[in-house]
Amino acid sequence: MSKIIKIGMADLNVAAPPDKLQTCGLGSCVGVCLWDPITKIGGMAHIMLPSSTQGKTGNDAKFADTAIPMLIEQMTKIGAEKSRLVAKIAGGAQMFSFYSANDIMKIGERNAEAVKNALQQFKIKLLAEDTGGNYGRTIEFCTRDGQLYVRTINLGEKYI
Amino acid sequence: MTFNILIPKAKKGDTFMPLYDNISEFQMDAFREIGTIGAGNGATALSQLMGRKIGMTVPAIKVLPFADVPDVVGGAEKLVAGIFTTVEGLAPCNLLLMFPVESAKILAGNLMEKHYGETEEIDDVGKSALAEVGNIVTGAYLNSLASFTGLSFIPSVPALATDMAGAILNTVLVQIGMAGDKALLMETVFTEIEEKVTGHFFLLPQTGSLEKIMEAIGVKE
Repeated sequence: MSKIIKIGMADLNVAAPPDKLQTCGLGSCVGVCLWDPITKIGGMAHIMLPSSTQGKTGNDAKFADTAIPMLIEQMTKIGAEKSRLVAKIAGGAQMFSFYSANDIMKIGERNAEAVKNALQQFKIKLLAEDTGGNYGRTIEFCTRDGQLYVRTINLGEKYI
Repeated sequence: MTFNILIPKAKKGDTFMPLYDNISEFQMDAFREIGTIGAGNGATALSQLMGRKIGMTVPAIKVLPFADVPDVVGGAEKLVAGIFTTVEGLAPCNLLLMFPVESAKILAGNLMEKHYGETEEIDDVGKSALAEVGNIVTGAYLNSLASFTGLSFIPSVPALATDMAGAILNTVLVQIGMAGDKALLMETVFTEIEEKVTGHFFLLPQTGSLEKIMEAIGVKE
């Protein structure tokens, strides 16, 4: 029986087959999934903010620049090989539209960008993404085949 | 309806926002009092709008990690209507009013004198009516906050989104996410006697705003 490991806001976790990793209700946050295709070890992070320089709170899983190295470390600890890791990401929406272009409203876009920069920095190939828009997403990552299932309220569901 | 105040609660030893290290009982009481009166005004405004009686409980204060905040409104995947308002002034903050979609349909249906079916989506007219509900309830709350503190609060036009609760909360928690990992919520439950309408109200002070509010009401330590 495969287990579903749930990841909350500003949290991360790792899993091995046949388990799945899930995070519900991604808005401006970005869900990052890393996977080693040989050992099939997977990891997921629910990132809230682009950069840890914006505020020091001690929770590394919250920021794109600190969550990704932390996720890599936890995955290699249970047997994943860093050089083989590939990534899929989803989220980074803009939930509300205002007349005034408030910086905080573009946080989704900035999160997605920061995640991509961090992946590039660690030389992790981005295989697929489903980012942007103005709607929430629930994602489920299957460690068996590296498929990322994305569910929305009004725009149906898909695999990336 | 539930009234919540979300305040960043820093961990011990964190130098970023020393004021929130230990919120004293006295400060909690001050917040509870503002919450009671503010929520009372909000409930009165909502009663007048709906043309029926709305009851209210004394606010409860909770400290929760971010990951648990969506559970307050029934889980991250719950379909809700969120009405978001940004507030400018000396103590800028954000306000979020959240209704489960069933309650939102009853509210919008009552105001527009129509019935929204179970699978029917809320149309533009209904959405506009809900934004107006947000406007009136947040306005009533801000009035009481303003008269308590002597500060002026200037609300924006409300923005509405119908989506997963977690996705809506993501966006509004971002600002306090810079300062801490936990949120202090103040919760008042509003009950609407004939039909079941529940809602949640969140107040999120921006960095520095809580100090200004505390100072203005004279409970800064």
